[in-house]
Amino acid sequence: MFGFVVRRLLSSFVVILLASFVVFIIFYLGPSNPAEPVCQAAGGRCTDERREAIEKNMGLDKPVLEAYATFMKGVVAGREVTVGSTAYPCDAPCLGISYATGLPVYEELKKRIVPTVLIAIMGSLVYLVLGVVIGVFAAARRGTMGDRMLVSGSLIVSSVPYYLVCLLAWIYLTQQTSIFPATGYFPITENPFTTIKGLFLPALVLGIATAPTYARFTRGQMVETLGDDYIRTAKAKGLNGRGVMMKHALRAAIVPIVTIFGLDFGALLGGTIFTEFIFDIDGMGRWGLFALRSPLDLPVITATVLVGAFFIVFSNLIVDLVYGFLDPRVRLG
Amino acid sequence: MTTLSKTPDAGGPAGTTEPYLEVSNLTVKFPTADGLVQAVTDLSYSVALGQTLGIVGESGSGKSVSSMAILGLHDARTARITGSIKVGGREVVGLNDAEMREMRGNTAAMIFQDALAALHPFYRVGAQLAEAYKVHHPSANKREARRRAVEMLDRVGIPEPASRVDDFPHQFSGGMRQRVMIAMGLINDPSLLIADEPTTALDVTVQAQILDLLQDLQREFNSAIILITHDLGVIAEVADDVLVMYSGRSVEYGKCKEILSHPEMPYTWGLLSSIPDVTSDPNTRMIPIPGTPPSLLNPPPGCAFEPRCIHKDKVPGDLCATRLPDMRPGGRGAGHLKRCHLADPDRVYQVEVLPEIAPDLAEER
Ligand SMILES: Nc1ncnc2c1ncn2[C@@H]1O[C@H](COP(=O)(O)OP(=O)(O)OP(=O)(O)O)[C@@H](O)[C@H]1O
Ligand SMILES: [Mg+2]
Repeated sequence: MFGFVVRRLLSSFVVILLASFVVFIIFYLGPSNPAEPVCQAAGGRCTDERREAIEKNMGLDKPVLEAYATFMKGVVAGREVTVGSTAYPCDAPCLGISYATGLPVYEELKKRIVPTVLIAIMGSLVYLVLGVVIGVFAAARRGTMGDRMLVSGSLIVSSVPYYLVCLLAWIYLTQQTSIFPATGYFPITENPFTTIKGLFLPALVLGIATAPTYARFTRGQMVETLGDDYIRTAKAKGLNGRGVMMKHALRAAIVPIVTIFGLDFGALLGGTIFTEFIFDIDGMGRWGLFALRSPLDLPVITATVLVGAFFIVFSNLIVDLVYGFLDPRVRLG
Repeated sequence: MTTLSKTPDAGGPAGTTEPYLEVSNLTVKFPTADGLVQAVTDLSYSVALGQTLGIVGESGSGKSVSSMAILGLHDARTARITGSIKVGGREVVGLNDAEMREMRGNTAAMIFQDALAALHPFYRVGAQLAEAYKVHHPSANKREARRRAVEMLDRVGIPEPASRVDDFPHQFSGGMRQRVMIAMGLINDPSLLIADEPTTALDVTVQAQILDLLQDLQREFNSAIILITHDLGVIAEVADDVLVMYSGRSVEYGKCKEILSHPEMPYTWGLLSSIPDVTSDPNTRMIPIPGTPPSLLNPPPGCAFEPRCIHKDKVPGDLCATRLPDMRPGGRGAGHLKRCHLADPDRVYQVEVLPEIAPDLAEER
């Protein structure tokens, strides 16, 4: 078990390192010259000499490997970053300096990760509970009217584009009416209760919009499990319907559900883009989205992509560990 | 050869003591998208306490479906069950779920084929056994249920039961898992035990051990056992009575020795010919039955075995193809029922079939 964790941690680390390298070179070698945004930020066009000077300052004249090494050195030990003609101190872990604000990317990221993580936790709890409950309910009544209504109802909900759901909720529940007046992100350091209240609607919308997917997945897993031989054994013992459903069928069906949940959750942590954008919450998703606007804020984009990759790798690791815990047939070690 | 007493033994097909299980005219149908599957039709048999009934028949002949009906394990919304099943004198067809649950695993238990699939992969063996006990002993606490689980594992011959009780099913061997299934079936001392192919996936030695175990436990508890199998060798060893099923119906039913020595139905002959018997003379031929059973969706009007029967031209006219023979006594007494139009099946068997499949036995006569 311990050996397994160590090995998986090491390989996760390697994966993140590789991801960071790929992300770095994509932006380094990409079609847009990284110096260009700096020129624009400095107010318009640069002369050729000016551009060359900027490129030299930013280390863009160096080979890609050397530039990457400088970047990684900054992550580990901090460095001084030159943007345009200004030099900024950047402490470890240095992910660069945001062109837009001139602040270390890491400092900005620290602020923005909290609302994203909170939305992800609250929203995924909503869709997990809602989805599993509806799915189990439908599976228990498979083939009946109730089942069909739940399945088609969930199809209708999930066929509405997510941004539209978000937008409608925002318009009707925060603007037209004041059912959720104080929606948005209020720093958790001030009043956690207000924070939760402010994120309640966004999380609810995210949860309700995703729940149908989980309901259908749960139903499918349950129906499959209910056909297994050990379910017949459970019935033959004289267990009642609820015991068979909850103790035997759900116990088996929950394993793939947890797997999917973990992976989805990891992806959510990287940024809940629409939710943050529409409810105007300054989280990772919105931050990354805004960084894509002209002028491109390359260090911020790199950082958000890296954080997203980190969360996905991390959630994979957690899923593997939990899987070994949930399924005794999987030998860890 | 065995001479059968004219007065049938207790518990036999025409038994004098009250049978514990009495199935009469049981019919099970499943509506499907393709039509109505007639899985079991008009099946009747009985088993007394302390007796073992062997049910044989090809795959799909309705052995499992008919036995599962006894415990009400079919989906009540889809399966159409008619006829009567009396367990310990009580009619169980039409019982509601709560009344049925009262009986399941308690007075009547079932052990399933393929124990690896039939045990829950995520629960410890002990927990699964304890659960079976606690369902019918709600006042028992965890410790008592666990003690009972260990006791049962010991009873079915699992070494070191006190530590193995905490293993998961996948940590057991196939034979041990089957023992666990038996332990689970017997944990509430049922009067009726249905064993659905309990030894099919196991090697011969383990198979013999499991059968011995079942017999020992039967002697101890005097329970009625139904043993479902494809294997007539197993039947010969443990069954008191035999029921041969074909295409959802009974085709031959009687005392085990009687059926095995004087089978009167060509399908039973076919089953006997298709046993590979390593101990006998190498001249013995193993003859598989040609063809496949008919569809259960549109059963033929005549005998279901007619298309595969090589003796059908011994019956005048096209009786076999047009009229379903009744289940009735042949020439050997009321205790031996068969479903066949052949006029003198015993003679055909002795003269034509036996020399083919067991030349040495035939010569003795
Ligand atoms: N729920 C169901 N719906 C439709 N058909 C069914 C259902 N259950 C069983 N059947 C059909 O009933 C027939 C009898 O099945 P059954 O399981 O009793 O066979 P069996 O004699 O036990 O065979 P085996 O030796 O392979 O276990 C099969 O043709 C099967 O396809
Ligand atoms: Mg079967």
